[in-house]
Amino acid sequence: MSLSATGKAPTYGALLLRGLLAGLIAGLLAGVFAYTVGEPKVDAAIAIEEANAHAAGAAADGHHDEELVGRDGQKGGLFLATGLYGAAMGGLLATAYTVLRRRLRTTSDTRAALGLAGAALLGIVLVPYLKYPPNPPAVGNPDTINQRTISYLAIVVIGLVAVWAGVIAARTQPAEWRQALAAAAGFLIVVAVGYLLLPAIDEVPDTFPATLLWNFRIASLGTQAVMWSALGLGFAALATRPVREQAAREAVTV
Amino acid sequence: MPHTQTVRPISTPAISRRLLLTALTVVALMLLISYLVAFDQGAVSRSGMYLHELMHDGRHLLGVPCH
Repeated sequence: MSLSATGKAPTYGALLLRGLLAGLIAGLLAGVFAYTVGEPKVDAAIAIEEANAHAAGAAADGHHDEELVGRDGQKGGLFLATGLYGAAMGGLLATAYTVLRRRLRTTSDTRAALGLAGAALLGIVLVPYLKYPPNPPAVGNPDTINQRTISYLAIVVIGLVAVWAGVIAARTQPAEWRQALAAAAGFLIVVAVGYLLLPAIDEVPDTFPATLLWNFRIASLGTQAVMWSALGLGFAALATRPVREQAAREAVTV
Repeated sequence: MPHTQTVRPISTPAISRRLLLTALTVVALMLLISYLVAFDQGAVSRSGMYLHELMHDGRHLLGVPCH
Protein backbone atom coordinates (compact mmCIF):
# COMPACT_ATOMS: atom_id res chain seq x y z
CA MET A 1 0.00 0.00 0.00
CA SER A 2 2.79 2.34 0.77
CA LEU A 3 3.79 2.50 -2.87
CA SER A 4 0.84 4.74 -3.59
CA ALA A 5 2.31 7.34 -1.31
CA THR A 6 5.71 7.25 -2.95
CA GLY A 7 4.20 7.77 -6.38
CA LYS A 8 4.37 10.93 -8.42
CA ALA A 9 4.57 14.19 -6.54
CA PRO A 10 2.82 17.26 -7.96
CA THR A 11 5.08 19.58 -9.90
CA TYR A 12 6.00 23.05 -8.70
CA GLY A 13 3.83 24.43 -11.48
CA ALA A 14 0.80 22.52 -10.21
CA LEU A 15 1.37 23.72 -6.65
CA LEU A 16 1.98 27.29 -7.82
CA LEU A 17 -1.27 27.31 -9.78
CA ARG A 18 -3.15 26.11 -6.70
CA GLY A 19 -1.49 28.76 -4.57
CA LEU A 20 -2.39 31.52 -7.03
CA LEU A 21 -5.98 30.29 -7.22
CA ALA A 22 -6.35 29.98 -3.44
CA GLY A 23 -4.78 33.42 -3.10
CA LEU A 24 -7.13 35.02 -5.62
CA ILE A 25 -10.15 33.55 -3.83
CA ALA A 26 -8.78 34.57 -0.43
CA GLY A 27 -8.07 38.06 -1.73
CA LEU A 28 -11.58 38.48 -3.07
CA LEU A 29 -13.06 37.22 0.22
CA ALA A 30 -10.85 39.68 2.09
CA GLY A 31 -12.11 42.32 -0.35
CA VAL A 32 -15.72 41.49 0.53
CA PHE A 33 -14.89 41.85 4.23
CA ALA A 34 -12.99 45.10 3.65
CA TYR A 35 -15.81 46.46 1.50
CA THR A 36 -18.55 45.72 4.03
CA VAL A 37 -16.69 46.42 7.28
CA GLY A 38 -13.85 48.72 6.25
CA GLU A 39 -15.24 51.05 3.59
CA PRO A 40 -17.69 52.89 5.91
CA LYS A 41 -14.68 53.78 8.10
CA VAL A 42 -12.63 54.91 5.09
CA ASP A 43 -15.58 57.07 3.97
CA ALA A 44 -15.87 58.60 7.43
CA ALA A 45 -12.13 59.32 7.53
CA ILE A 46 -12.21 60.89 4.06
CA ALA A 47 -15.09 63.12 5.18
CA ILE A 48 -12.87 64.34 8.03
CA GLU A 49 -9.95 64.78 5.63
CA GLU A 50 -12.07 66.87 3.29
CA ALA A 51 -13.48 68.95 6.12
CA ASN A 52 -9.93 69.65 7.26
CA ALA A 53 -8.88 70.52 3.72
CA HIS A 54 -11.75 72.97 3.34
CA ALA A 55 -10.89 74.52 6.67
CA ALA A 56 -7.29 74.91 5.57
CA GLY A 57 -8.46 76.50 2.32
CA ALA A 58 -6.10 76.73 -0.62
CA ALA A 59 -3.18 75.55 1.51
CA ALA A 60 -4.53 71.95 1.35
CA ASP A 61 -2.24 69.50 -0.38
CA GLY A 62 -4.94 68.61 -2.90
CA HIS A 63 -4.09 64.93 -2.80
CA HIS A 64 -7.67 63.80 -3.00
CA ASP A 65 -9.08 66.87 -4.69
CA GLU A 66 -7.51 65.87 -7.99
CA GLU A 67 -9.99 62.97 -8.22
CA LEU A 68 -7.77 60.88 -10.47
CA VAL A 69 -10.02 58.00 -9.45
CA GLY A 70 -13.43 58.70 -7.92
CA ARG A 71 -14.64 57.12 -4.69
CA ASP A 72 -16.67 54.52 -6.56
CA GLY A 73 -13.61 53.63 -8.63
CA GLN A 74 -11.57 53.28 -5.46
CA LYS A 75 -14.15 50.95 -3.97
CA GLY A 76 -13.94 48.78 -7.09
CA GLY A 77 -10.16 49.11 -6.99
CA LEU A 78 -10.28 47.69 -3.47
CA PHE A 79 -11.15 44.28 -4.96
CA LEU A 80 -8.40 44.62 -7.55
CA ALA A 81 -5.94 45.43 -4.76
CA THR A 82 -6.95 42.59 -2.42
CA GLY A 83 -7.32 40.12 -5.31
CA LEU A 84 -3.87 40.86 -6.74
CA TYR A 85 -2.29 40.98 -3.30
CA GLY A 86 -3.95 37.68 -2.38
CA ALA A 87 -2.77 36.00 -5.58
CA ALA A 88 0.78 37.24 -4.96
CA MET A 89 0.70 35.95 -1.38
CA GLY A 90 -0.72 32.64 -2.66
CA GLY A 91 2.17 32.35 -5.10
CA LEU A 92 4.65 33.04 -2.30
CA LEU A 93 2.93 30.53 0.01
CA ALA A 94 2.99 27.83 -2.70
CA THR A 95 6.68 28.52 -3.32
CA ALA A 96 7.50 28.41 0.40
CA TYR A 97 5.53 25.16 0.66
CA THR A 98 7.38 23.60 -2.28
CA VAL A 99 10.83 24.57 -1.03
CA LEU A 100 10.28 24.04 2.71
CA ARG A 101 7.85 21.09 2.85
CA ARG A 102 10.55 18.48 3.36
CA ARG A 103 12.12 20.50 6.16
CA LEU A 104 8.91 20.80 8.14
CA ARG A 105 8.70 18.16 10.84
CA THR A 106 5.17 17.01 10.26
CA THR A 107 3.81 14.11 8.28
CA SER A 108 0.62 16.03 7.51
CA ASP A 109 0.58 18.14 4.35
CA THR A 110 -2.45 20.01 5.64
CA ARG A 111 -0.61 20.95 8.82
CA ALA A 112 2.42 22.00 6.79
CA ALA A 113 0.32 24.29 4.58
CA LEU A 114 -1.66 25.74 7.51
CA GLY A 115 1.51 26.15 9.54
CA LEU A 116 3.19 28.17 6.81
CA ALA A 117 0.11 30.37 6.38
CA GLY A 118 -0.04 30.86 10.15
CA ALA A 119 3.66 31.75 10.23
CA ALA A 120 3.04 34.32 7.49
CA LEU A 121 0.07 35.79 9.36
CA LEU A 122 2.23 36.11 12.46
CA GLY A 123 5.38 37.38 10.77
CA ILE A 124 4.15 39.70 8.05
CA VAL A 125 0.82 40.82 9.50
CA LEU A 126 0.68 40.70 13.31
CA VAL A 127 4.26 41.76 14.07
CA PRO A 128 4.10 44.79 11.72
CA TYR A 129 0.54 45.55 12.87
CA LEU A 130 1.50 46.09 16.50
CA LYS A 131 4.54 48.24 15.68
CA TYR A 132 3.00 50.26 12.86
CA PRO A 133 -0.78 49.95 13.12
CA PRO A 134 -2.59 50.85 9.88
CA ASN A 135 -4.06 54.31 9.55
CA PRO A 136 -7.14 55.54 7.72
CA PRO A 137 -7.03 58.45 5.27
CA ALA A 138 -6.59 61.83 6.99
CA VAL A 139 -3.91 60.31 9.20
CA GLY A 140 -0.34 60.36 8.01
CA ASN A 141 2.00 63.05 6.77
CA PRO A 142 2.76 62.67 3.02
CA ASP A 143 6.27 64.01 3.62
CA THR A 144 7.24 61.02 5.75
CA ILE A 145 5.85 58.33 3.42
CA ASN A 146 9.30 57.11 2.31
CA GLN A 147 10.59 56.77 5.84
CA ARG A 148 7.36 55.07 6.95
CA THR A 149 7.48 52.66 4.02
CA ILE A 150 11.09 51.68 4.75
CA SER A 151 10.33 51.18 8.44
CA TYR A 152 7.30 49.10 7.51
CA LEU A 153 9.29 46.86 5.17
CA ALA A 154 11.96 46.49 7.85
CA ILE A 155 9.43 45.28 10.41
CA VAL A 156 7.99 42.80 7.87
CA VAL A 157 11.47 41.32 7.41
CA ILE A 158 11.99 41.29 11.18
CA GLY A 159 8.65 39.53 11.63
CA LEU A 160 9.73 36.75 9.27
CA VAL A 161 13.14 36.48 10.92
CA ALA A 162 11.40 36.27 14.32
CA VAL A 163 9.23 33.34 13.19
CA TRP A 164 12.30 31.62 11.78
CA ALA A 165 14.19 32.24 15.04
CA GLY A 166 11.31 30.71 16.96
CA VAL A 167 11.40 27.55 14.84
CA ILE A 168 15.19 27.24 15.09
CA ALA A 169 15.08 27.77 18.87
CA ALA A 170 12.37 25.12 19.28
CA ARG A 171 14.47 22.56 17.42
CA THR A 172 17.31 22.88 19.90
CA GLN A 173 15.10 21.43 22.66
CA PRO A 174 14.17 17.79 23.17
CA ALA A 175 11.08 18.05 25.39
CA GLU A 176 7.87 19.43 23.95
CA TRP A 177 7.18 22.02 26.66
CA ARG A 178 10.74 23.31 26.35
CA GLN A 179 10.30 23.53 22.59
CA ALA A 180 7.26 25.75 23.06
CA LEU A 181 9.15 27.90 25.56
CA ALA A 182 12.19 28.19 23.30
CA ALA A 183 10.00 29.08 20.30
CA ALA A 184 8.28 31.85 22.22
CA ALA A 185 11.58 33.16 23.57
CA GLY A 186 13.36 33.13 20.20
CA PHE A 187 10.41 34.83 18.53
CA LEU A 188 9.94 37.48 21.22
CA ILE A 189 13.62 38.40 21.46
CA VAL A 190 13.84 39.18 17.75
CA VAL A 191 10.52 41.08 17.82
CA ALA A 192 11.62 43.08 20.88
CA VAL A 193 14.93 44.05 19.29
CA GLY A 194 13.13 45.09 16.11
CA TYR A 195 10.54 47.13 18.00
CA LEU A 196 13.26 48.92 19.96
CA LEU A 197 15.53 49.64 16.99
CA LEU A 198 12.90 50.94 14.59
CA PRO A 199 11.59 54.47 15.08
CA ALA A 200 8.21 55.05 16.69
CA ILE A 201 5.71 56.62 14.32
CA ASP A 202 2.55 58.30 15.54
CA GLU A 203 0.98 60.76 13.15
CA VAL A 204 -2.59 60.55 14.41
CA PRO A 205 -3.92 64.09 14.84
CA ASP A 206 -5.24 64.90 18.31
CA THR A 207 -8.62 65.76 16.82
CA PHE A 208 -9.09 62.43 15.02
CA PRO A 209 -11.99 60.45 16.57
CA ALA A 210 -10.58 57.61 18.69
CA THR A 211 -13.47 55.23 18.01
CA LEU A 212 -13.16 55.70 14.26
CA LEU A 213 -9.43 54.97 14.44
CA TRP A 214 -10.08 51.84 16.52
CA ASN A 215 -12.83 50.61 14.22
CA PHE A 216 -10.71 51.19 11.14
CA ARG A 217 -7.77 49.31 12.63
CA ILE A 218 -9.99 46.37 13.60
CA ALA A 219 -11.45 46.32 10.07
CA SER A 220 -7.92 46.31 8.65
CA LEU A 221 -6.83 43.48 10.93
CA GLY A 222 -9.99 41.56 10.01
CA THR A 223 -9.20 42.00 6.31
CA GLN A 224 -5.77 40.43 6.75
CA ALA A 225 -7.16 37.71 9.03
CA VAL A 226 -9.76 36.75 6.42
CA MET A 227 -7.08 36.84 3.73
CA TRP A 228 -4.63 34.51 5.47
CA SER A 229 -7.22 32.14 6.97
CA ALA A 230 -8.86 31.66 3.58
CA LEU A 231 -5.49 31.37 1.86
CA GLY A 232 -4.18 28.79 4.33
CA LEU A 233 -7.35 26.70 4.25
CA GLY A 234 -7.79 27.06 0.50
CA PHE A 235 -4.21 26.16 -0.30
CA ALA A 236 -4.25 23.25 2.14
CA ALA A 237 -7.41 21.93 0.50
CA LEU A 238 -6.12 22.34 -3.06
CA ALA A 239 -2.48 21.35 -2.54
CA THR A 240 -3.18 18.11 -0.71
CA ARG A 241 -5.75 17.01 -3.28
CA PRO A 242 -3.55 15.26 -5.84
CA VAL A 243 -2.09 13.02 -3.16
CA ARG A 244 -5.51 12.09 -1.88
CA GLU A 245 -6.81 11.38 -5.37
CA GLN A 246 -3.80 9.27 -6.06
CA ALA A 247 -4.25 7.32 -2.86
CA ALA A 248 -7.91 6.79 -3.75
CA ARG A 249 -7.03 5.56 -7.25
CA GLU A 250 -4.47 3.21 -5.81
CA ALA A 251 -6.99 1.92 -3.33
CA VAL A 252 -9.37 1.10 -6.18
CA THR A 253 -6.74 -0.78 -8.20
CA VAL A 254 -5.67 -2.73 -5.12
CA MET B 1 -6.51 -0.50 1.86
CA PRO B 2 -4.66 -1.40 5.04
CA HIS B 3 -3.58 1.56 7.09
CA THR B 4 -1.41 -0.03 9.70
CA GLN B 5 1.44 2.33 8.99
CA THR B 6 1.48 5.79 7.49
CA VAL B 7 4.26 6.35 5.04
CA ARG B 8 5.00 10.01 4.61
CA PRO B 9 3.76 10.95 1.16
CA ILE B 10 6.05 12.86 -1.14
CA SER B 11 3.83 15.84 -1.68
CA THR B 12 6.36 18.18 -3.23
CA PRO B 13 8.77 17.82 -6.15
CA ALA B 14 12.44 17.12 -5.52
CA ILE B 15 14.46 20.29 -5.03
CA SER B 16 16.75 20.82 -8.00
CA ARG B 17 18.82 23.80 -9.10
CA ARG B 18 16.37 24.42 -11.89
CA LEU B 19 13.40 24.38 -9.51
CA LEU B 20 15.14 26.83 -7.18
CA LEU B 21 15.86 29.21 -10.07
CA THR B 22 12.22 29.03 -11.17
CA ALA B 23 11.12 29.58 -7.58
CA LEU B 24 13.36 32.65 -7.29
CA THR B 25 11.90 34.10 -10.49
CA VAL B 26 8.38 33.47 -9.20
CA VAL B 27 9.21 35.09 -5.85
CA ALA B 28 10.57 38.16 -7.64
CA LEU B 29 7.41 38.35 -9.76
CA MET B 30 5.12 37.98 -6.74
CA LEU B 31 7.05 40.68 -4.87
CA LEU B 32 6.74 42.97 -7.90
CA ILE B 33 2.95 42.48 -7.90
CA SER B 34 2.82 43.15 -4.15
CA TYR B 35 4.93 46.26 -4.70
CA LEU B 36 2.59 47.56 -7.38
CA VAL B 37 -0.41 46.97 -5.14
CA ALA B 38 1.05 48.22 -1.90
CA PHE B 39 3.82 50.76 -2.48
CA ASP B 40 4.04 52.07 -6.04
CA GLN B 41 3.72 55.83 -6.46
CA GLY B 42 4.12 55.75 -10.23
CA ALA B 43 7.87 55.28 -10.39
CA VAL B 44 7.71 51.64 -11.49
CA SER B 45 4.28 51.31 -13.06
CA ARG B 46 4.72 54.53 -15.12
CA SER B 47 1.06 55.22 -14.55
CA GLY B 48 1.55 58.33 -12.48
CA MET B 49 -0.60 58.11 -9.37
CA TYR B 50 -3.37 56.24 -11.20
CA LEU B 51 -2.63 52.77 -9.78
CA HIS B 52 -1.97 54.29 -6.38
CA GLU B 53 -5.33 56.06 -6.37
CA LEU B 54 -7.19 53.07 -7.82
CA MET B 55 -5.96 50.71 -5.12
CA HIS B 56 -5.92 53.41 -2.43
CA ASP B 57 -8.59 51.84 -0.20
CA GLY B 58 -6.93 48.43 -0.49
CA ARG B 59 -3.66 49.87 0.75
CA HIS B 60 -5.27 51.43 3.78
CA LEU B 61 -7.28 48.33 4.65
CA LEU B 62 -4.41 45.91 4.01
CA GLY B 63 -2.47 47.98 6.51
CA VAL B 64 0.44 49.31 4.46
CA PRO B 65 1.56 52.92 4.84
CA CYS B 66 -0.27 55.22 2.43
CA HIS B 67 0.41 58.96 2.00
